[in-house]
Amino acid sequence: MKTFFQNPRVQRSGRTALILLLIIVMTGPEGSGTQPTAGFTGSFGNHMSFFGLFYPQRWVVFLLLTLIVVGLTSLVKMAHRWWIERQRAGNNAVARVAKTLAATKQRARHRSTRLSLYAVALAFALYFPHLVTDQSWQTLVVQDVLVYLLLALGLNVVTGFAGLLDLGYVAFYAIGAYTTAWVTGSLPTPPPFGVHWNTFVAIPVAIVFAMLCGVLLGIPTLRLRGDYLAIVTLGFGEIVYLFINNSYGITGGSTGTNQIPFLSFHLGPIKYLWGLIPEPYYYLTLAFVVIFLLAFSSLEHSRVGRSWVAIREDEVAAESLGIHPLKYKVMAFAIGAASAGFAGVVTASQTLFVTPPTFTISFSINILVLVIFGGMGSIFGVVLGGLVVQGFVAYLTHSPPSIYNAADLYMYLGALLVVMMIYRPAGLFPSRRRRREVSQVEAGTAPDTLQVEIGAHRVQEDV
Amino acid sequence: MSSLIFDVQDVTLRFGGVVSLNNVTLHQGRGEILAIIGPNGAGKTSLFNSLTGVYAPQEGSIRFTNSQGKSMSVIGKKPFRVSAAGVARTFQASRMFSAMTTFENIKIGAESHRGLGVVGAMLKGPATRRDEHRSDKRTRELLEFVGLTAQANTIAASLSYGARRRLEIARGLATQPEVLLLDEPAAGTNPAEKIELAELIRRVRDEMGVSILLIEHDMKLVMSLAERLYVLNFGSVIAEGTPDEIRSNPVVIEAYLGSADTGVAEETK
Repeated sequence: MKTFFQNPRVQRSGRTALILLLIIVMTGPEGSGTQPTAGFTGSFGNHMSFFGLFYPQRWVVFLLLTLIVVGLTSLVKMAHRWWIERQRAGNNAVARVAKTLAATKQRARHRSTRLSLYAVALAFALYFPHLVTDQSWQTLVVQDVLVYLLLALGLNVVTGFAGLLDLGYVAFYAIGAYTTAWVTGSLPTPPPFGVHWNTFVAIPVAIVFAMLCGVLLGIPTLRLRGDYLAIVTLGFGEIVYLFINNSYGITGGSTGTNQIPFLSFHLGPIKYLWGLIPEPYYYLTLAFVVIFLLAFSSLEHSRVGRSWVAIREDEVAAESLGIHPLKYKVMAFAIGAASAGFAGVVTASQTLFVTPPTFTISFSINILVLVIFGGMGSIFGVVLGGLVVQGFVAYLTHSPPSIYNAADLYMYLGALLVVMMIYRPAGLFPSRRRRREVSQVEAGTAPDTLQVEIGAHRVQEDV
Repeated sequence: MSSLIFDVQDVTLRFGGVVSLNNVTLHQGRGEILAIIGPNGAGKTSLFNSLTGVYAPQEGSIRFTNSQGKSMSVIGKKPFRVSAAGVARTFQASRMFSAMTTFENIKIGAESHRGLGVVGAMLKGPATRRDEHRSDKRTRELLEFVGLTAQANTIAASLSYGARRRLEIARGLATQPEVLLLDEPAAGTNPAEKIELAELIRRVRDEMGVSILLIEHDMKLVMSLAERLYVLNFGSVIAEGTPDEIRSNPVVIEAYLGSADTGVAEETK
């Protein structure tokens, strides 16, 4: 018989409550010299607007928000249970609806239905700038949503498909952005061949350069497993950050550069300039998001994708079947790096400046949050997670609520991630395979990888 | 014996001060069903790991010769290279990719020796499609061969022990090997499954022409299946011969039953 505190539901709720408390304390107003405790008391006592309805103290707002989330999820759960009970009881009307639903589900698996759904989503995305005509919103959608989607899709290949925890992903993004600045001649370093190249030239150069860095970093480090790899990539991210921040003569140092030209196209009579108006950038970035989606989803269901899964699940067995683990891991790393490098070009050419503070570790974590939140390894999940989280971030940036402090963003994202791990460890919409893996680990039926690793290097019980 | 597929000469494998294999010399003829038996801790699995490139023995030589007569030294080669040369294996504790279906498990074996083809995979070109088609076909054939067609879409983790063993054999065969190393294939299976398994192993040799190297504790199975046996004890080969010779070899009986004063009976026939 379990005691009250051993009940997993109680434990989960307790942990969530603790995190909530921590978030309330840590976020909100800051203390000052004259009022050192203001940061603490203000976190609870300050008043803030609750969707403009009323004006309660801060802690009440958090409590209400939590209750709304809990209420909604339990409502969904209750409805689901009610539904299943009715179905069991043989309710005719319910059975009929269930049948229709099942048929719809079956149809949804059909290629044609799926394709038409994608077409609708694409049409909506194409129409979006006409729906939201506010240019500051459009800019935010490009910079805070679409670019993050590119990055998350790339990191999903590394972390989701190949199972490699990369905490220095931002480094490749920085390499992409700074390569753009270099190629277009905006850095103290002279551009290649002394020519101020068109920004389009920066795209292949940045991709190749980021990929090369990925391969060079990957070959020695991808022999490491799990946590060790995470530490090394973390270090790599820091090295790149420190390099661009401190090499004044090469990268412009902490002030970076703000001389990067817009993307422009000039081929014979055809001339086009991506200017300050965000709409052309929106379409350009959207086009690349779609290309990434198509390329990576066929990659997932290819021989390469399956080999990654095999390596992720049991490297020793995969190797015994003739899969070269290092080669495939480096390949995943290179693809992820190339995507980040490309995203770097887009950012650099749209914002026209690059500065080191963009490329800190918290940025890597932000991208990782999107991947984990949506569901590692599931492209649909990552896109949805990216849209939801980054859409919310864009909203906070565009019209921040009275008490929202921009410095608190990562606190909220971190809390979101932890709560997510408590309730849905596989993410919002995990791939079927990932869900199985996570449930197997939880049930203790997964192959014990640690045992395997030790076994491969030391004396096994049955020598 | 026409030609040797494995030729192991004076192999010694140490882990620090522990000698796991001590001057092991053995050979396997092409098309032979060879078994290695011995008490727990005798070095059987270490031998398998040395033959497949997981361990690199410090002394001696291991040569693998394929049907084209090309010979290579296994020591120092990585497992995937050894696999590409034509050596497939199963593991003592079966190691399927447990979150994948039976079909996917075998398909991975069927396509693992092709090149990387990332760009092709992203573009889904005609060559990639042809490749996929070929792998699917081979996978279906192997499912049929080992009798798992009905469980093609079952998640590997929910298969029975017997089915897992057959899945591992099929996955190994999918890499088109010339020799298949089976590490205790009958462990955890029931008597009926054991009979089926023995029959399957024989069919692998007869119909596919794959040589079999087998570690097994189940004496009845080994004696009925193997054409020749090596007995390992404390890392050394203590006997070699046909099942009949081994059965009556006093050294083997002592290794298995212990001498009168220790008196621990581990395994009997």
